[in-house]
Amino acid sequence: MTMSTDSVVSIKNLSKVFGRGRLTALQGINVEVGRGEFVSLIGPSGCGKSTLLRIVGDIIEPTTGSVTVNGKPARRARLDHDYGIVFQSPVLYDWRTVTKNIALPLEMLGWDRSRRSKRVKEMLELVELENFGNHHPWQLSGGMQQRVSIARAFSFSPALLLMDEPFGALDEMTRERLNMELLQIWAESGSTVIFVTHSIQEAVFLSTQVAVMSARPGRIASIVPIELPQPREATTREEPRFFELVTEVRERLHAAGADEVREEATLQ
Amino acid sequence: MSAIALKPPRARAVAVRRGIGRVALFLLVLAALWGLWEGYRWLWMHQGWTWPFVVDDTSLPPVQDIFGALFDPARVNGPLLITLLWHSALFTAKEAAVGFAIGAVVGFVLGVVLAHFNVLQRGLLPYIVASQTIPIIAIAPMVVVGLGNYDMPAWLRVAVIAAYLTFFPVTVNTLRGLQSAEPRALELMHSYAASRWTILWKLRVPAALPYLFSAFKVSATASVVGAIIGEAPSSIPDGLGGAIINFNQYYTLQPQNLWATNVIAACLGIFFFLVVVVVEKIVVRRPPEQRA
Repeated sequence: MTMSTDSVVSIKNLSKVFGRGRLTALQGINVEVGRGEFVSLIGPSGCGKSTLLRIVGDIIEPTTGSVTVNGKPARRARLDHDYGIVFQSPVLYDWRTVTKNIALPLEMLGWDRSRRSKRVKEMLELVELENFGNHHPWQLSGGMQQRVSIARAFSFSPALLLMDEPFGALDEMTRERLNMELLQIWAESGSTVIFVTHSIQEAVFLSTQVAVMSARPGRIASIVPIELPQPREATTREEPRFFELVTEVRERLHAAGADEVREEATLQ
Repeated sequence: MSAIALKPPRARAVAVRRGIGRVALFLLVLAALWGLWEGYRWLWMHQGWTWPFVVDDTSLPPVQDIFGALFDPARVNGPLLITLLWHSALFTAKEAAVGFAIGAVVGFVLGVVLAHFNVLQRGLLPYIVASQTIPIIAIAPMVVVGLGNYDMPAWLRVAVIAAYLTFFPVTVNTLRGLQSAEPRALELMHSYAASRWTILWKLRVPAALPYLFSAFKVSATASVVGAIIGEAPSSIPDGLGGAIINFNQYYTLQPQNLWATNVIAACLGIFFFLVVVVVEKIVVRRPPEQRA
């Protein structure tokens, strides 16, 4: 979404049609995501933002068009372990302790034991769960579980983080706290993030750019650069510029025909 | 640090109290069953009831006679019945345990293969189901005689029959369990570019464990039954099956001996079941609401 030459993700003329032409989920998507950017996808329910994220991650295939990540096709990027994924549910393995859950991708990458345990320890500190390494997921609260999921996704320093409404199921307080933690990890890791969300405030607070999508068929309606100073603080949410940007994103959503989002936003 | 390693004293007290409660409940049910048995005897034998069926000391010997028989010599100047049955039970336990192991492994491998090849699943599953509708008594002689040609020891042939009863629940539950992994968890594995083999061992099999242990509980008791039944066509006198056939012949004279043997066979089945339960407690780590 920048014109930067150093783009991590490059999406060209992408479309996705489900069920033999019945439903066009995505149409004419062209996006460039620069290195180190934090890009949020926001749009009404059913606008295809999760679908777009899953295509980028090579979980599903596009109907037409192409996705390249670090100059490679999405499939190659997946095989090279370029992706870290966080879903709305934490998707932790009940039979593994927190430590072993975070170590899962590291095992896949063939890291040896000592290197694994060193990194897991760092990640546990980063998400402030140092004392919970030996717990099993079900012994943790929902917010803590999602922090483990984030630690797991960042543990192997993937080039690209794909986050599909990771805080959608959490209460507002936990959500704001995890927003701060996520920004810290992102800043330390230097990763690139694509973040799907329903919340305008969350999108503005976290992102360097917000991509507003329209529905049926899903398109990128407009891109709003968020030039709030880094690092973001809790007080960022109280700055006039923050509200202006929230308003701008909201208006662009309405312009894109996204009445559903207004309802959701007022419900929050 | 860990909530599991160091239980706070109160949790331990709760666990102890729950344990005592369970033992008390077990004894209470035992006493109630005893009461029912003796109550039935008293009503039907002394009050002249005839419906639904008449009983006498032969068909329903007194409970104290059954347990008393365990501590009488089975033969004149012979060892106590319980000593005899103890050795029989050990022999049958060996057959059942080996049979259970064979059945569990075969059942698991079959389940894994069927889960990965749809064609095989559709083609073979009907025959696997059919294999279980054939009565074990019809299969046993073939197995015993057939395998006898290969110099296999008799007890091992019986173990094969026990395995025949064991594998089926394991196959069916392996199939279901392997497919129980969350779609999102599979996508996560996909994003790590995990191979089928890795997905099998790191995700599908651990996810299937609760299903597997449900099958093991059924199979544990089935393997004991299989071993006992398998002893008959092999004419093996050393196990509980041999004892049952033997005491069958003297039932009109000493019904309590057969009943006592049944009690021991039941104890063996319960023991097998409990072993599975204990192993499950150690191996399967699941949220409390998902534990059976």
